Amino acid sequence: MPDDKELLDTRSSSKMLANRIPMTAATDEAVLEMQSAAVDGEVLQKKPFGFLFWFALSFVGIVLFSAVLANVLPLQNPNFGHFSELNQGPSSAHLLGTDDLGRDLLARLVFGARVSLIVGFLGVAIGLVFGGSAGLISGYRGGRLDIALNAFSFIILAFPAIVAVIAIVTFWGASLFHITIILGIATIPLMYRVIRASSLAFAQRDFVVAAKTMGATNTRIVLREILPNVIPVMVTFSLITVAGLIVIEGTLAFLGLSVALPTPSWGNLINEGSSNDLLSINPLIMLWPAMAMFTLLWSINLIGDRLRQRFDLREGVL
Amino acid sequence: MKARRSGGRTLEFKDAGTQVGPLLVVDDVHTSFRTARGTVRAVDGVSFDVHEGKTLGIVGESGSGKTVLARSIMGLLPPRDVIRSGTVRFAGHELTAMDDKDLRQVWGAELSMIFQDPMTALNPVKRIGVQIAESLILHLGMDKKEAGSTAVELLRSVGIPSPEDRVKWYPFQLSGGMRQRVMIAIALACAPRLVLADEPTTGLDVTVQAQILDLLAELQRERHMAVILVTHDLGVVASRADDIIVMYAGRVVERAPTHTLFHDTKMPYTRALMDSIPRLADPSGVRLNAIAGRPPDLINPPDGCRFAPRCPYAQDKCRESEPPLRTVGSADHLFACWFPLVDGESTVPPVPVSLSAPVAPGPQSSGASDA
Repeated sequence: MPDDKELLDTRSSSKMLANRIPMTAATDEAVLEMQSAAVDGEVLQKKPFGFLFWFALSFVGIVLFSAVLANVLPLQNPNFGHFSELNQGPSSAHLLGTDDLGRDLLARLVFGARVSLIVGFLGVAIGLVFGGSAGLISGYRGGRLDIALNAFSFIILAFPAIVAVIAIVTFWGASLFHITIILGIATIPLMYRVIRASSLAFAQRDFVVAAKTMGATNTRIVLREILPNVIPVMVTFSLITVAGLIVIEGTLAFLGLSVALPTPSWGNLINEGSSNDLLSINPLIMLWPAMAMFTLLWSINLIGDRLRQRFDLREGVL
Repeated sequence: MKARRSGGRTLEFKDAGTQVGPLLVVDDVHTSFRTARGTVRAVDGVSFDVHEGKTLGIVGESGSGKTVLARSIMGLLPPRDVIRSGTVRFAGHELTAMDDKDLRQVWGAELSMIFQDPMTALNPVKRIGVQIAESLILHLGMDKKEAGSTAVELLRSVGIPSPEDRVKWYPFQLSGGMRQRVMIAIALACAPRLVLADEPTTGLDVTVQAQILDLLAELQRERHMAVILVTHDLGVVASRADDIIVMYAGRVVERAPTHTLFHDTKMPYTRALMDSIPRLADPSGVRLNAIAGRPPDLINPPDGCRFAPRCPYAQDKCRESEPPLRTVGSADHLFACWFPLVDGESTVPPVPVSLSAPVAPGPQSSGASDA
């Protein structure tokens, strides 16, 4: 017949020992524990992003900066034709050359960036606000609301986006505002799905239950417990979607369905450069915007990818 | 003191002086889950009470329903596909009749919970100081600064060195034992009267286990809290609990003050649990007395005593009718057995357990029954 004392004796000798260790000893051990953990923590923090990341970030920064300040920068009028200087190569007067109407290519490139960036970032912002908040709530609450929103997102995603966008732009009219709104709405179900999945995963975790047992309301749990965990996914996916929207705007512009000429956008410029045999006469008209778009998309994707790796790393240690 | 922060309503709590009777009364609680295979009766008629400042141990193997019981007491069951009945009264208030809005005033402030896995029970992207301070701001109406300095004191009280710096740390920077200390600090932040610790040390190694349990006991004495210690390990509750409940297949099979339970075990299942603990005094090569078979399928529990298919002393009567929870002699020792052990020996001869008896697969296939 085991009695409780014997039971303890037989449990484990180290446990018996630990039972007798006074609090101070426990604390010393704790100090050691913490120190080793701290070393790990610092090593993690120091892992560098690498040269490419900073290069990509600088490029995006320069594009953003020049697009926002295009009116203030010492640029020429993007729509003014120097008719004595058609199809010039790069020179001190025109750093990137001129097009077939004698317009300064650098000015057109910088002003064209505005359209691409507005469509990309504003479109994603619309998607994030609506799709993101719906996804957060849907993933946390579950139940009928989740089923309904989920089904609805599938219905929207079932339409081939680019065809739908072309159709709507054709009827509604091509303007920067319209295109941004339409692409923003097209982004909502994508954002919803990604953020719902992430929110769902975190809603099952113990810390959500723990927050509940400490008296947190549902709103508080969504905003203070789940949202901070979802943000890495949100940032990464948003960046990739920005790149996607810039491509779609380019596609629309190439088809002549984006902002009306002569307002430059990168897609418009590429379209211009490829028409009327200009490609063989002056390939620079197409080369600059194509390179700019390529580098911007590459940069945004790289930034998103590196950020994801950084966030994943911390998750992996857990 | 009142429970603060209420949408117009307040619940009176902490009138400890005038309160008579137990702090927590659990009366005939049933919790079932609807699953594709059928209804899983995870907790099937459990009653007990806990007095102020006392420790109750709830012991049982995996799938015995102890975690579901703990969550039923808290009112933390999923909103869908759950059937529940019975009442839980805490400090004179019926928790089972409260909506979430009222429960939020009790949770954290009066009744809190320590989770099994401190790795997942702390939010990975928030500083531990913030996580502690949140409930202080919520329940005690502290401002940010006050809550911050209280968080430092709480970390100090759970034995975390240089807490002034640690409040700024993230959970991933802490070891498992440290995280469980932080969990305890969070759970005890608002000085609750009852703490439910659901396997608080299962994820920790044995030496840290003892430290954490001692810390909990020390804080319990200081603050005069009641503690419910849920565990699968009789060794954990042996020296720490005032009373012990042994659960099997969703039911209480034996309930007694700790000393009585160990010295006058009535239920063969309790005995089998004790025998299954390895002993250092045993010579090497001796087989461990594991309990044969597995816990029954809670969708179709066996007729009669639920332990009968695995019980070496099972008789025909055991397989036919279910023994009620009854007493013999002392009123606080309850057990559910037709042929209770006397002085640790059975009154009926043992029969080898045949495992061809229909022992269903584990009850946890539902996924919802045990977290």
